[in-house]
Amino acid sequence: MKHLVNLFNTTRKWSLALGLSAVSGLSLSPGLVGFMALGSIGLSSQVMAQDEALVIYSSRKEPLIKPFLDAFSKETGIKITLYTGKDGALIERIKSEGASTPADILMMADAGNLGYAASQGLFSPMQSPILEKNIPAHLRDPQNLWTGLSIRARTLVYSTERVKPSELSTYEELADPKWQGRLCLRSANTVYNKSLIASQIAHNGEAKTEQMVNGWVKNLAAKPFAKDAEVMSAILANRCDVGIVNTYYFGQEMAKQPEAKIALFWANQDSTGTHINVSGAGVIKHSDQKANAQKLIEWLSRDPAQTLYSEANFEYPANPNFAVSPQIAAWGEFKADTLNLGKVAQLQENAVRLMQKAGLQ
Amino acid sequence: MLSNTLKHRLTQWPVNLVMGFLLIILLLPTLQLLSGWFDSDPQLWQHFADTLLLDLISNTLLLLLGVTFGTLVLGVGLAWLVVMFEFPGRRWLSWLLLLPFAMPAYVLAFVFLGVFDYSGTVQNTLSQLGWTPIDIREGVWGPALVLSLVFYPYVYILSKTAFANQSITLIETAQSLGCGANCIFWRVSLPLARPAIAAGLSLALMETLADFGTVELFNYATFTTAIYSAWEDFRSLAVAAQLSSLLLLFALLLLGTERLTRGKRRYNQQARLSSPPFTLSRKAQWGMSLLLWGFLALTLGIPLLQLSLWAAQTLSQEWDARYIDWFNSTLILSVLAALITVALALFMNALQSQRHASRWLRFSIEVGKIGYALPGIVLAIGIMGLLATLNNWLNTQWFLGGLFALMLAYLVRFIAVAYGPVQSRFLSIKPNIIEAARNMGASKWRMAWQIYLPLLKPGILSALLLVFMDVSKELPATYLLRPFGWDTLAIRIFELSAEGLYERAAIPSLLLLLIGILGLWLMKRLGVIK
Repeated sequence: MKHLVNLFNTTRKWSLALGLSAVSGLSLSPGLVGFMALGSIGLSSQVMAQDEALVIYSSRKEPLIKPFLDAFSKETGIKITLYTGKDGALIERIKSEGASTPADILMMADAGNLGYAASQGLFSPMQSPILEKNIPAHLRDPQNLWTGLSIRARTLVYSTERVKPSELSTYEELADPKWQGRLCLRSANTVYNKSLIASQIAHNGEAKTEQMVNGWVKNLAAKPFAKDAEVMSAILANRCDVGIVNTYYFGQEMAKQPEAKIALFWANQDSTGTHINVSGAGVIKHSDQKANAQKLIEWLSRDPAQTLYSEANFEYPANPNFAVSPQIAAWGEFKADTLNLGKVAQLQENAVRLMQKAGLQ
Repeated sequence: MLSNTLKHRLTQWPVNLVMGFLLIILLLPTLQLLSGWFDSDPQLWQHFADTLLLDLISNTLLLLLGVTFGTLVLGVGLAWLVVMFEFPGRRWLSWLLLLPFAMPAYVLAFVFLGVFDYSGTVQNTLSQLGWTPIDIREGVWGPALVLSLVFYPYVYILSKTAFANQSITLIETAQSLGCGANCIFWRVSLPLARPAIAAGLSLALMETLADFGTVELFNYATFTTAIYSAWEDFRSLAVAAQLSSLLLLFALLLLGTERLTRGKRRYNQQARLSSPPFTLSRKAQWGMSLLLWGFLALTLGIPLLQLSLWAAQTLSQEWDARYIDWFNSTLILSVLAALITVALALFMNALQSQRHASRWLRFSIEVGKIGYALPGIVLAIGIMGLLATLNNWLNTQWFLGGLFALMLAYLVRFIAVAYGPVQSRFLSIKPNIIEAARNMGASKWRMAWQIYLPLLKPGILSALLLVFMDVSKELPATYLLRPFGWDTLAIRIFELSAEGLYERAAIPSLLLLLIGILGLWLMKRLGVIK
């Protein structure tokens, strides 16, 4: 059946293309006809747009959420059309499309972008006792414009060969000269670092945070990396001893090489708690299927989605009533930062300014 | 009675109208960017000036310098060897050396990062030999190397044609005057091939300016980094647009230099070299063959091997029926964009080659081509903002949501790629053929069908295939503007590699490479490349 649908789509696409190529190929005034051809593309694919399905715009990459959406469609019979893109680009797109947007849900991989989308007036508030029951308040927007659905912590990772856990304590402490030439970081432009630094600004103020980032830069063993995975492989290769990563990348790494001599350390347990971030979603203001959209988000806040987050993606469920997979449980329990993530979203711009000033690339 | 010029003007106005219309379409995204200057954010500019700009500008210049050096040495050097010397495997090599063009820069970048990874084989071997491991992310040479390796074919193919079209008598004369191979290269062939080389180089450099994927993977901050930062970190489309227009200014300078070095030279077809003019000793021939095969093994063999290994590991997890759909979408979008872009390039060329083409026309065609230097995402946002406005005005969904926006983006971005090959064929048509046909009373249609089209065919075909390959690799504009259900292989590669899942990204990468290689093979079969 799936193959048939594929075949049908493909034939339709090809006939569209071939019809047009015949037009532009035969034409003697290619300029004009080319333009007319462009017009007909606009029309014909408009017809192709799927109008009944629930449309999700997502900056979470397809491989990470497809299993969830498939399960939801199977259970409820509601069809879903997924459209993935970069955070900023999707937000711009919804703004541009205005009232005629086909999007019903916007799904983002971090609180900063959710907060920005909310500030741009893209969401309509969700009146949902289910979400209020399932998701703790600090993981939700104060006006219920969006809600977190899964959690990952951004914390320290260290070489079990060269570092004793007793040497580690906080993010701030990584600025200490004793880590000189031993620290690896991911590049400043990743949204996860923006949120981490924003939470530091919220707790410690700009001046102290700036001091900390300056210290980090002095301690770097290598130029910041483009991916969390590279930070871990640098530690494994003896290039540095300690770094900062998201827990689900650590999970992916350990799934690949279970014998790897690295471990997580829960930062700031005696003070603010380890920085966490969420992936989450909100209902689009101009959606014409608000009920179904909210239904999907509520479904994601409970069984089986919440278990899937830890089993498939190595993330923590946002709903505290669900246990994590044994693999994640092995990392131990930790005290999470309860700072409202809406605050983190507001401070992201200051965080970037600060990192760029400190020369963190 | 109407004077001739006036009559000419009167018959000319529909052409000017169409051209003006076309130009507006091509310039829309740029105009949208320029309108960003009405909205200024001095604070953000101050911040960038204090922190980033100096580094970014010097980084960008350094990268351009590296890519200039790399593409010139590889492109011109390899073309020279392949055209001027006979050695075993020459025919095969002269074609195979084009293949790196089929490799998207971002794929080569993550393969290199994988191969040189701290835990990879290269580093392990190095440290076992007692050497300090190397970090290819440090400094400019990593990204410069990757970009040179994928962009040198632009220079290679154009200089190969230029070398091969140089008159044999010229070389024989130089030889008889005691000028050896080296001397002929520097004093005869290189100066003659300069316009072609400059054209190839300017394409490579504009691609470099627009690149985002490679520099991001290496975490090498360039001017595009600032554009992204303004937009993604500070949510200021205005400052992003202002920075982009500076980038365009730079590209215009590049294009201007290319124009100036070309001057009024026209490359008319001359007696072609039928066989390589220089003979080498048997040993030297095998040496050269070995050198070139070695080069190919390094640039193409190793990445292919690495990708295949990764693909084999992840095949069962990654492969499913949707791949057929992605493969087809990639093909369809590329074919469609190639047809539309080349049709318009042909039209613009036809206008420009008219005897009475006005200065305004020539200038506007030049300006219409600078979209090539726009980073895909900037272009896409420009187009999106514009079409959304149109949608709102006309109260329709016609402009955004279908393939229109995407095709417009491809057109603006790749018209420069299509324009070059068509133009060089136009320039090589000897005016006396046209005169002769006209004197014999050939009608307009007959001229077009029986004189121009056959003469232009090689140029049209190579333009089609170049745009086809470029579109199949294009990522940022496709990512942002594609309608539902038009995911491509490039998008799949991005989605997987953005999460660091390079192993799983190997399968779509190999498929994309396959499309590119098929394209090049087709070019060879059709006789577009020799």
